Amino acid sequence: MAEGAKEPVGVGTTDPEEDSPNMIVYRKIEDIVTRIQDENAGGVSIRTVKSFLSKIPSVVSGADIVQWLMKNLSVEDPAEAIHLGSLVAAHGYIFPISDHVLMLKDDGTLYRFQSPYFWPSNCWEPENTDYAIYLCKRTMQNKARLELADYEAENLARLQRAFARKWEFIFMQAEAQVKIDRKKDKAERKILDSQERAFWDVHRPVPGCVNTTEMDIRKCRRERNPHRVKKSVYGVPDDGQSQPSPVHISSQPTKKTTKEDVQKEINFLNSQLDRHCMKVSKVADSLMSYTEQFMEYDPFVSATEPSNPWISDDMSFWDLEASRDPSQQRVKKWGFSLEEALKDPAGRDQFLKFLESEFSSENLRFWLAVQDLKRRPLQDVSSRAQEIWQEFLAEGAPSPINLDSHSYERTSQNIKDPGRYSYEDAQEHIFKLMKSDSYARFLRSNIYQDLLLARKKQPADTEQGRRTSLEKFTRSVGKSLTGKRLTGLMQSS
Amino acid sequence: MRSPLTPEMATQEVQLNETLAHLKTESETLKTKLEEERAKLHDVELHQVAEKVEGLGQFVMKTRRTLKGHGNKVLCMDWCKDKRRIVSSSQEHAVTMPCTWVMACAYAPSGCAVACGGLDNKCSVYPLSLDKNENLAAKKKSVAMHTNYLSACSFTNSDMQILTSSGDGTCALWDVESGQLLQSFHGHAADVLCLDLAPSETGNTFVSGGCDKKANVWDMRSGQCIQSFETHESDINSVRYYPSGDAFASGSDDATCRLYDLRADREVAIYSKESIIFGVSSVDFSLSGRLLFGGYNDYTINVWDVLKGTRVSILFGHENRVSTLRVSPDGTAFCTGSWDHTLRIWA
Repeated sequence: MAEGAKEPVGVGTTDPEEDSPNMIVYRKIEDIVTRIQDENAGGVSIRTVKSFLSKIPSVVSGADIVQWLMKNLSVEDPAEAIHLGSLVAAHGYIFPISDHVLMLKDDGTLYRFQSPYFWPSNCWEPENTDYAIYLCKRTMQNKARLELADYEAENLARLQRAFARKWEFIFMQAEAQVKIDRKKDKAERKILDSQERAFWDVHRPVPGCVNTTEMDIRKCRRERNPHRVKKSVYGVPDDGQSQPSPVHISSQPTKKTTKEDVQKEINFLNSQLDRHCMKVSKVADSLMSYTEQFMEYDPFVSATEPSNPWISDDMSFWDLEASRDPSQQRVKKWGFSLEEALKDPAGRDQFLKFLESEFSSENLRFWLAVQDLKRRPLQDVSSRAQEIWQEFLAEGAPSPINLDSHSYERTSQNIKDPGRYSYEDAQEHIFKLMKSDSYARFLRSNIYQDLLLARKKQPADTEQGRRTSLEKFTRSVGKSLTGKRLTGLMQSS
Repeated sequence: MRSPLTPEMATQEVQLNETLAHLKTESETLKTKLEEERAKLHDVELHQVAEKVEGLGQFVMKTRRTLKGHGNKVLCMDWCKDKRRIVSSSQEHAVTMPCTWVMACAYAPSGCAVACGGLDNKCSVYPLSLDKNENLAAKKKSVAMHTNYLSACSFTNSDMQILTSSGDGTCALWDVESGQLLQSFHGHAADVLCLDLAPSETGNTFVSGGCDKKANVWDMRSGQCIQSFETHESDINSVRYYPSGDAFASGSDDATCRLYDLRADREVAIYSKESIIFGVSSVDFSLSGRLLFGGYNDYTINVWDVLKGTRVSILFGHENRVSTLRVSPDGTAFCTGSWDHTLRIWA
């Protein structure tokens, strides 16, 4: 066992990377385990348990830990407490004394707390040489409880092959460790042995168990001392052959704040001060009413009609959505806002149909054309922008739209160097126009109302109420213009 | 070896330092003033106003499908607009890419292509084909080039443009066909980890989150940062707009999710619990915005009542970190990807 097992060994005590993501979690867990062990402050009682001929020092039951977590972290569900406790164990902060699998059980299973020396926050990344020394030393000690598990025996065999040339060195180190261990008090050794084993259970987990030392590669380079010289658990000097950690190193140097940066910040802050903001009470009302309005459409909150395909395995819900023959519920949504109407392809179609019946579709067609322009590949943008100008805005355009002189001026300037956003102002103006004028008329129109109230053109069908939506649209398939597409859909599904 | 300072240079340096210090003070003063101004509008808490809203009932959400096909950690996934297909990427390969850690993937709106990238610093677009024998890798098109890992990518409303974020601290908008950079977005002081496009049909904004603990809202036309939020205590791993586009949620390594309203220009809710100590990797809203789903590094999914601020449900199932979470386009389910090599569909 390595010397100095009492204090945490860190790589430097003042650490600028204390707030790295892994550290944040470790510190929280450490806070928890420190509190659990504090018997004076409502912690669990850590005691010695008598077992057959021997005593088991410094243990606590799983049930006690679960109880403590529930009480002190406001956890109502034991399953949640067990899950959290198992994670604390999986990260190496508590461990079962008679098992390699690091999880928490809500029963009399006995657990021990890990020594701060072995805490993951010390950034251990033990080498295989250390692991080999450990397994080797285990075989030297004649104790049933220290017998190697199958996977450990396999690991040892593998390491013996890998380190064939320096096995004599490893063997000697193992012998030295055994000597050091023998000098310790019996009870203390029991505890230290178990803590050492738990340490290796974290860094060389049982096959099938999660390796909690794995890191998100995006966060690696901010760990303490990414090029760290790895310290050995058993004080073995680094022979220069240790593998560097697979750390993703940043290719850019840390930027120093320049005058320009701060000036930019100042400009930004000034623009923010000029912004007109709403009160929280007002936005809260707005968020609430939006959510309220859409809750009937939210499959997680309101049961869908027909059933959610993921739950019932019945695809009718999707077939219905795919049809251009929309349900009343769907048509209702178009009435919420012009945005909602345009979001739905069926809504867009119906609005266009209405406008065409009034011979005033140029506004919507312009809006759609500008949307399309923004989605074009770069090389098509210029020509397409020109086409839009010719169609909607030029002198004698076939579909002239009504722009205020200001927007017209701006747009004609933009079009001299045509780009994706040349028509932004114009589009915004036209959208407002449609919203205040034709959209309102659309909602009052027969085209819309017929769909909303499901007024069918066929003779009154008194049995309609009893049929399902699917049956209704199946009936209208033959009469609908999109009938051919739908039957195709029905046949293939 | 620097040449010795002449008296003039020395004075200049001192002057520059003074100006810098002067500017920093000005900046600090403005920040304080802005905080004060905003605080005046903080007249009530969202959850207080939401007390009058009817509570949600008990939820029964279960894994409806488990997808096993990846040989390693699943890092990212996206839904196709047809609501049924998904693309996912993992630590080894995605669409036979010769590099590990493919951290970002996205489905094209047409459903005919996918984009992905990661440690190769690039975002590449692959056409999709039903022909299994077709060598898709050969048809790949390299679109984006960053100087560090690609953390996220998203098609804008068309197959023709891709928005990317990167470990190099920037976001960028690219023309797919030519690979040309259309706009770049500078402002984060560290890796950008996530982005989300505003849901508006006409909108030209998006939000990004980074390791500098900031969430920034950007104007795609000008490349300018138009709003910035800094209340998280650690990396922001995920950002997602509230369905109306007036607010967005974030998930962070500080184990909290937060809601920021754009009109109030401030954080309006925080979703956290004493017992939740592991970071949030991914968040998404249900269709109405009433529920917020968060995938966590403690292998669970926590479901939050957005208005009331309470946790509605905790879902167990994954056996390692949940790395990605997305609600399907029609809101009927959400999909999670995990380091346990599987994807799960929940409903």
